[in-house]
Amino acid sequence: MAALGGVEGAGTLASLSEKSPALEEFSSGRAKKRRHFRWWRLIVMVLAGIYFLGPLYAGIKFSLEDIQGGFSLRAIESIPSSPGFSAAFALSMRITIVTVVVSALLMIPTAIYVHLRVPRMRRVLDFVTVLPIVIPPIVLIVGVLDASPLWVKSSPYLLSFMYVILAMPFVYRSLDAGLGAVDLKTLTEASRSLGGNWIKTLWRVVLPNLRPALMSALVLTLALALGEFTMASLDLWTTIPVWIYQFQNASNGHVQIAAAMVGLVGAIVLVTIIVSLDRSRSGRRKMSTK
Amino acid sequence: MTQMKETPVTSTLTQNAASGGASVSLENLVRTYGKVRALDGLTLKIEPGEFMALLGPSGCGKTTALRVLAGFEQLDSGRVVVGGEDLSNVSAQKRDMGMVFQSYSLFPNLNVLNNVAFGLRMRKQSASKRRAKAGELLEMVGLSDQAGKYPHQMSGGQQQRVALARALAIEPRVLLLDEPLSALDAIVRAELRDQIRSLQQRLAITTVFVTHDQEEVLSMADRVCVMSRGHIEQVATPSELYARPVTAFVAQFVGISSRVPVDASGREVVIFGQRCPVRSGEGSSLSGPVDALLRPEDIAIAVDPEGKGFVTRKSFLGAVTRLVVQVGEISVRVDVRSDVGSEIELGTHVRPSIVARDVLIAPRKVDVLSDPATAS
Repeated sequence: MAALGGVEGAGTLASLSEKSPALEEFSSGRAKKRRHFRWWRLIVMVLAGIYFLGPLYAGIKFSLEDIQGGFSLRAIESIPSSPGFSAAFALSMRITIVTVVVSALLMIPTAIYVHLRVPRMRRVLDFVTVLPIVIPPIVLIVGVLDASPLWVKSSPYLLSFMYVILAMPFVYRSLDAGLGAVDLKTLTEASRSLGGNWIKTLWRVVLPNLRPALMSALVLTLALALGEFTMASLDLWTTIPVWIYQFQNASNGHVQIAAAMVGLVGAIVLVTIIVSLDRSRSGRRKMSTK
Repeated sequence: MTQMKETPVTSTLTQNAASGGASVSLENLVRTYGKVRALDGLTLKIEPGEFMALLGPSGCGKTTALRVLAGFEQLDSGRVVVGGEDLSNVSAQKRDMGMVFQSYSLFPNLNVLNNVAFGLRMRKQSASKRRAKAGELLEMVGLSDQAGKYPHQMSGGQQQRVALARALAIEPRVLLLDEPLSALDAIVRAELRDQIRSLQQRLAITTVFVTHDQEEVLSMADRVCVMSRGHIEQVATPSELYARPVTAFVAQFVGISSRVPVDASGREVVIFGQRCPVRSGEGSSLSGPVDALLRPEDIAIAVDPEGKGFVTRKSFLGAVTRLVVQVGEISVRVDVRSDVGSEIELGTHVRPSIVARDVLIAPRKVDVLSDPATAS
């Protein structure tokens, strides 16, 4: 049997290595298919690249040009000294920080409470947290400004509270996904049975296991608060986006585009730093087990 | 899987063991969820150092009882007394109860050592003490070489052993085990079952173990509390529970019983033409049409071509072979030694007889469990 199998096996291998016409046709068909597929992939990638990177390239190119069209860093260099920039930058930072803090204080306990104690409310929250996407920001801010007393209207931090509402869909969904990924009930009960009160349980057990979700929520809130224009403009506060718009009218446009580009690069750097800090921390944790 | 080492239990753990654990008294516990009474006046006393198992089908209230004891569920009425102290209104974190959960409950962000030391950290013990104690416990469960690993790098069995070490690290007054073996495969489950029991006996810690697996219960517990619909059916040692169940529910939930319709009169029944005394218990005072509940080993058979019964099914179970014998319209399960069973063919006529000294009776009913064709 073994000998027979060996002889037959050799024959079969030999015939396969010669490549029958049918096999060749099959192989060439697959190769053609692969080539065909690769072309489509390339086309889609190029189109997507142009769509996303084209405006960015144009913006960077414009911000690095002087009036005659030559290369120059003057527009970027003149941003810090441009009238109103420092004040707008400081205001944006203050509003962003307050937004992040209020959003965290409001949404983290709420999401945890709903998951642990009233899970049936998750559907309601899913609906409620979508509303800020459905209702245009202009409607929200006009209504709030109309209804608010003067001392509320006169504070820039009204914007922070509005941004908390705008960021709610993203923050809640990030947290909801994070909480859904861990067995929150068992972990909190384990902590409590070991003597942890609610604050210690939150700090030592829940939040560390929510870190990816918290990072995602933080990045989204930062991006939203730093880039929001409509509300800030209607509330008459000169944040960075409003300053860019106003300064456009008072300059040749190069500085304004340069400021937008610097802001974009700054946001990318900030997000990269946050994500890499998180990754390096996780990495150290994994390394330490070896 | 790493074997648990039989290392001497040292220091504070031994001192705690010497104290013999705390007594537990559950007094008339009532807990309702809407219209469902999960606990319906449950009263149970557990001796210091005792291993008490709560056994019952899903929804019988065993997990609710454990969670009430742990402090995770509020009572509608009743008292939880541990070591003479009323804990009914004490929060979970102040009860000093170590708990091992059914699902893996190790903190994913902490390594094994820090998981075990977590409870000590909550008690503000110094870092050196925490490390020493956690190391000691990990050695005890045979995982000292895994201290730096994270939960996701460990098997289910290892995780549950770490969870056990973590629960014991706080030197709890009572150890609570909520079906800790149910997520494990059969071999690991059997191994961990023996390890838990051995550790519990060495530390003499009062333990409450919730399960629906009667094999676990019979092999581990000092006493078993069988529960049904929020109340206790019977509290007894495993052997007593098996040999002398006092209710039809226990007879059918623990082990296997065949229901045989008989007529009872004067605390006697006649089965297969043989008079048998009725066992004291739930239905002992019944008379008229009842069911007798018979264990497979309560019945003996003899091969007899004139016998009223004949063998309809045969299952080899190792040392014994289980036969299903049809007698008239009823069928009963009978265990025989496998060397005897191997010689009995299907269709063989046999003469059944009762070898039990008394039998349990219950009100007559049609029950799927009584039909060997549908029962396991």
